[in-house]
Amino acid sequence: MSGERLDGLSVRDVRVSFDGFTAVDGVCMEVPAGDIRFLIGPNGAGKTTLVDAITGLVGATGSVRFGDEELLGRPVHRISRLGIGRTFQTSSVFEELSVLQNLDIAAGARRSWATLARRRRGVPDEIAAALETIGLTEQAGNLAGTLAHGQKQWLEIGMLLVQDARLLLLDEPVAGMSHEERDATGALLETLSRDRTVVVIEHDMDFLRRFARSVTVLHAGRVLSEGTVTQVQADPRVQEVYLGHPVDAGSARTGREA
Amino acid sequence: MTAVTPAPPAVRPAPVDAVPPDRPAGRARLRTAAGFAFGAALLFAVAPLMLSDFRLALLAKYLCVAMVAVGIGIAWGRGGMLTLGQGVFFGLGGYAMAMHLKLADAGPGGMPDFMQLYGQLDELPLWWRPFASPWFALPATVLLPMAVAFGLGSLVFRRRVRGAYFAILSQALAAAMVILLIGQQGTTGGTNGLTDIKGFFGYDLDDPVNQRMVYFIIAGTLLALLALTRQLIHSRYGELLVAVRDGEERVRFLGYDPASVKLVAYVVAAGMAGLAGALFVPAVGIISPALIGIVPSIEFVIGVAVGGRATVLGPVLGAVAVAWARTALSERFPGTWTYLQGLLFVVVVAFLPGGLASLWSLARRRDVGAQPARRRWLSLGRRRVERTEVPAA
Repeated sequence: MSGERLDGLSVRDVRVSFDGFTAVDGVCMEVPAGDIRFLIGPNGAGKTTLVDAITGLVGATGSVRFGDEELLGRPVHRISRLGIGRTFQTSSVFEELSVLQNLDIAAGARRSWATLARRRRGVPDEIAAALETIGLTEQAGNLAGTLAHGQKQWLEIGMLLVQDARLLLLDEPVAGMSHEERDATGALLETLSRDRTVVVIEHDMDFLRRFARSVTVLHAGRVLSEGTVTQVQADPRVQEVYLGHPVDAGSARTGREA
Repeated sequence: MTAVTPAPPAVRPAPVDAVPPDRPAGRARLRTAAGFAFGAALLFAVAPLMLSDFRLALLAKYLCVAMVAVGIGIAWGRGGMLTLGQGVFFGLGGYAMAMHLKLADAGPGGMPDFMQLYGQLDELPLWWRPFASPWFALPATVLLPMAVAFGLGSLVFRRRVRGAYFAILSQALAAAMVILLIGQQGTTGGTNGLTDIKGFFGYDLDDPVNQRMVYFIIAGTLLALLALTRQLIHSRYGELLVAVRDGEERVRFLGYDPASVKLVAYVVAAGMAGLAGALFVPAVGIISPALIGIVPSIEFVIGVAVGGRATVLGPVLGAVAVAWARTALSERFPGTWTYLQGLLFVVVVAFLPGGLASLWSLARRRDVGAQPARRRWLSLGRRRVERTEVPAA
């Protein structure tokens, strides 16, 4: 599968504006190779917009480098081919295709037209492996639209795996999941980070405390704080701006999300 | 979208080492082979034996329309590009063929009759000349529409024009083509088009035997196109096309350029329409702006919608059924057909968005991707589908 090279993500002075409104205002962020970085912040802080900028969906100024490659200025599908994969807040699997077909398409961006013109025979090895990793082997022939919500999210992650993404950008991967599903997803992230760099946008504080290796807090388009979970939680600015009230950092929010 | 089942069991299911079953290849292939054999028997034995020469000639015409429909099925049903201008490609193919046949009728060095009639031309226009050679004209019937579709598609898909905007654009193209043809009466035959075509590569088209031969060519071509379409749909490209239809942006994030994926389907559909136009000319003996404008372009689409746009066979059945109904009903109740056609379209879109072909797969939900985004039509159709699903699950 992947893992030839482990690269870090380097975001320098990235700005995104829409008609005069600056959604991301000079963000700098270094995500070392193999990290599980959580990106948190109140609504409108610019988390998703930052990921949009990294993946080429919106135009941005500044510099985003993954390994040696500059990402800004490239079209979406080229950035993807450099090994950057993302998921979306709402699940966006191809519901009218089977789980297997979803994965096969995700694995095939580098296929030639000659390969595309032929049928798929059997299950390619990397797809079989991904199916096991995300626990959907038994559902491989089912339409993706019939999967439960959590399974769709795993399928999304599986698609990133076969896509050979070396940087995973996950936008609220555990939203709407049960506790058990969250645990499973967290364990999956830990496995994946062995040979990939992972960035997660998440609101769930409980999930963050358990699985984040480092945290970046965004507020109003800027980096408010950065560090380990403990460091960030102890930061008075974070408590004030993001968590609302200083004591008992995450519990109120977690209660609402769950 | 609603989750069909409640939240899944606690832990992820343990990995199973059994390789997931792919589509049941053997039986499906057998069924397809049987289907093709049945279709061939119908077209090559039953129809010629049962139908009069007149009806067989009509069927030949319908089958040409069906070829266009097969292409629309790929572009619209599988690729999500609602093309309301297939008449353009049909026309390019038709005119290319008709120009060659007119020149052949006129003999070496001769000019088509209509040019002498109302043209002030002393000699053949430059752009007509290559069509005197069958080696140019025949490939041109397919390649010319494909080239136009390629040029147009490259511009349009890269700029991410889609949905209703694409539909309107394609329709405007059909209108523009008709205006162009009518405006250039001296060299295109204007409103009359190219008529009175007598010969087909040395065969007299008035002879019923030769008409029958044309019918067989058309039937054989249609079967070949169906085989090609089936291969396309079940290839990896076919799966990718459905993915682009349902989530163009998502496909982009997987590293594909959706514009090229759509372009291929659009160009293939244009080639099929061109071939259909080319064969339409010897079958009917005429090609004119009225046969390729906005109205016929929409009628192509109605047939596809009625039959089932996302299946292989649906467009063919729909196109033939609608064309047949049109003839049968307008023979008996002239003037009502337009209303009936409109009604038919509304009913299908509202209550059976997958077309007649979906009646089959509603009963046995098998062919993946065969039901195009019901939710994009009226929700009524969606609810019906779910109701039939529940007891099966």
